[in-house]
Amino acid sequence: MDDFLAARSQMALSLGFHIIFACIGMVMPFFMAIAHYKWLRTGELVYKNVTKAWSKGVAIFFATGAVSGTVLSFELGLLWPTFMEHAGPIFGMPFSLEGTAFFIEAIALGFFLYGWDKFNPWFHWFTGVIVGISGLASGILVVSANAWMNSPTGFEYINGQYTNIDPIEAMFNDAWFSQALHMTLAAFVATGFAVAGVHAFMIKKGKNVHFHQKAFRIAAIFATVAAVLQPLSGDISAKDVAQRQPAKLAAMEAHFKTEENASLVIGGLVDEKTKEVKYALKVPGLLSWMAHGARETAVTGLEDIPENDHPPVAITHYAFQVMVGLGMLMLALSIIYFIALAKNRLWLQSQWLLNLFIIAIPLGFIAIEAGWMVTEIGRQPWIIYGVMRTVDAVTPMPGIVYSFYLFTAVYLSLSVIVAFLLYRQIKMVGKIYDV
Amino acid sequence: MLYIVIAFLWTSIWLYLLLGGADFGAGIIELISKSEHKNKTRHTMYRVIGPIWEANHMWLIIAIVILFVGFPKIYTTMSIFIHIPLTAMLLGIIARGTAFVFRNYDAVEDRMQEVYNRIFVYSSAITPFFLGIIAASTVSRKIDVQATDFLSAYVYSWLNGFGIAVGLFTICICGFLAAIYIIGEVHSPADKQHFIGIAKKMIVAAFVAGGLVFIAAHYEHVPLLDWIFGHWIGSLAIGAASISLIFLWISLNKSQAIFIRILAGFQTSMILLAATYIHFPKIILLKDGASLSLIEDAGSDKTIEALAWALLLGSIFILPALFYLIYSFEKKKGIAH
Repeated sequence: MDDFLAARSQMALSLGFHIIFACIGMVMPFFMAIAHYKWLRTGELVYKNVTKAWSKGVAIFFATGAVSGTVLSFELGLLWPTFMEHAGPIFGMPFSLEGTAFFIEAIALGFFLYGWDKFNPWFHWFTGVIVGISGLASGILVVSANAWMNSPTGFEYINGQYTNIDPIEAMFNDAWFSQALHMTLAAFVATGFAVAGVHAFMIKKGKNVHFHQKAFRIAAIFATVAAVLQPLSGDISAKDVAQRQPAKLAAMEAHFKTEENASLVIGGLVDEKTKEVKYALKVPGLLSWMAHGARETAVTGLEDIPENDHPPVAITHYAFQVMVGLGMLMLALSIIYFIALAKNRLWLQSQWLLNLFIIAIPLGFIAIEAGWMVTEIGRQPWIIYGVMRTVDAVTPMPGIVYSFYLFTAVYLSLSVIVAFLLYRQIKMVGKIYDV
Repeated sequence: MLYIVIAFLWTSIWLYLLLGGADFGAGIIELISKSEHKNKTRHTMYRVIGPIWEANHMWLIIAIVILFVGFPKIYTTMSIFIHIPLTAMLLGIIARGTAFVFRNYDAVEDRMQEVYNRIFVYSSAITPFFLGIIAASTVSRKIDVQATDFLSAYVYSWLNGFGIAVGLFTICICGFLAAIYIIGEVHSPADKQHFIGIAKKMIVAAFVAGGLVFIAAHYEHVPLLDWIFGHWIGSLAIGAASISLIFLWISLNKSQAIFIRILAGFQTSMILLAATYIHFPKIILLKDGASLSLIEDAGSDKTIEALAWALLLGSIFILPALFYLIYSFEKKKGIAH
């Protein structure tokens, strides 16, 4: 493995790790706020227990997310110094605001976690809501910085010089809204299904059923509502990418030839040499319609993009298939759940519905990782789209490959420990909360 | 506007040294305590810093964001040439932050606690050690941007006697801050005596490590004495730090906790002031005689302006909330007893 690939892998690993913790850390506070609200309103002890049990999970995830985020703020420079030297002053605005949001989140979390029975109950509840809102704001700001890499604005690039810098314009770049919306919904879908699935598993095992049913209900409603909205946000993103980053769209679709009435390519095996996709399901005209809103419009194929500006096609295409496929599965499960809620209450008690939710535990997070790969790998070979190539941004220091091994070992062990802690938290629910 | 940003940068580093430092120090004290006192330290510490411990470490993030947004050249030079100690510090931060939470949020208390404790106490010492090395490397004129071989570019830039001495000194300062802080938080006279003893040991250790820094500076050709005594602010700050240390030693037994805390904070702040003011606005001194300056190497005006507004706006939200957090848990503590 050469150092450039090692640097990319280390960055991918760090982001791929952080993204899970960040999503959980920004979504769980909303679940807690609902349970907490119900406890304060109804006085049913089970809701207080659910809130407290979740808050322990949040503390674990928040702390892990906070340290992995701290690491990232250094890694940007440790791995990509040339990028940061030029991009820092341009796209740094959301990071400086994110610092504030994150700080407020940490303060509010201090109040929330340590403030049980010490404050006015509604003030205490409110600090929990602040944790959620500032966490969400942090997430949106960081995604806006990433969106700038896909859609760089707020500066002029003349003869290798970055001049006329406008950090506010850079922050509100063309991609920020569609990316932030898609990521936020994804966080709710993934966390919601994961949490609901874990509680479904406990219901199925017949342990502390009342407790787990209440918890399941809150998580499942967040997850399913977000899963239904997500395709709409995906459509906004697709049209946006088609406009701004035709190479990324072409790679996502393994779309080699520029043509009108372009087909949507579902699945298949990509052969980058012969520029063909074998065994795929092709729906004529659908890609033109999805990308540009009309079947007659041509969709730019990779053949019209210079070869050295191509992103890796196969992996981007597969990752996109995984994301959309899992999104559709979760959409289907959501619709079934709504039908159950509205018409068929008996389904809610049934084993098969619980089983479906248990299967769905990892799906949202796999979809998030896949979507992240689509947007990051699909942007290659650029680190700042159309301006700076990733290979020109990497640190001159040799031996990054060892750093990559080291971080891999660290993140793997952290994942194992977090999983172990969650397992123990869940196992102890009955003993701690006496339900 | 640039001076507002610089003031925020200094303040974040200062608060990180005091608050984060005391936090690291608590782990260091746990590391050197005999087992019967380990638990006492641990429980007192969790009670006191639990609610604010995340906030203590935010200052580092604020400082690093200010650097990469406002002073990208300084940030990237450090990232390239002191990559290795930065990575070591990061690993320390990961280990420490997660171990702290794991040990407090593991639903089952068993032998795993001992594993978390070990990781926590060792990383509490390792992290400030590398922070000290990093700080030392910025002024020791060992960063060689023209170096072509691996060792001179990426290793000798930070690995030298002076850096190691400053690293050890940083560990002692952290332990010292924590010991002083904990004295005011324990209530039985025996515990008080115990932590006063530790504080005294830490003062002696800091004194010895400080001496080492001067000796190492001499051997590494870092003109530390010239810097301190060549500028009246430097001499004054170090003088004030020494005098307050003597005061502190005398008043440890009899005075109010708040008074000795202020003395300790003042003492540490003076050292940081001396270390930073002497070179201001230069922040990194390079081997070839050039330097990076907070004024000349700042980002574009518009960036600095936006950054200053973001920081001002942020502090309107952050500071009152943070004070209220510290204040309320300080007040509630009284009720709990």
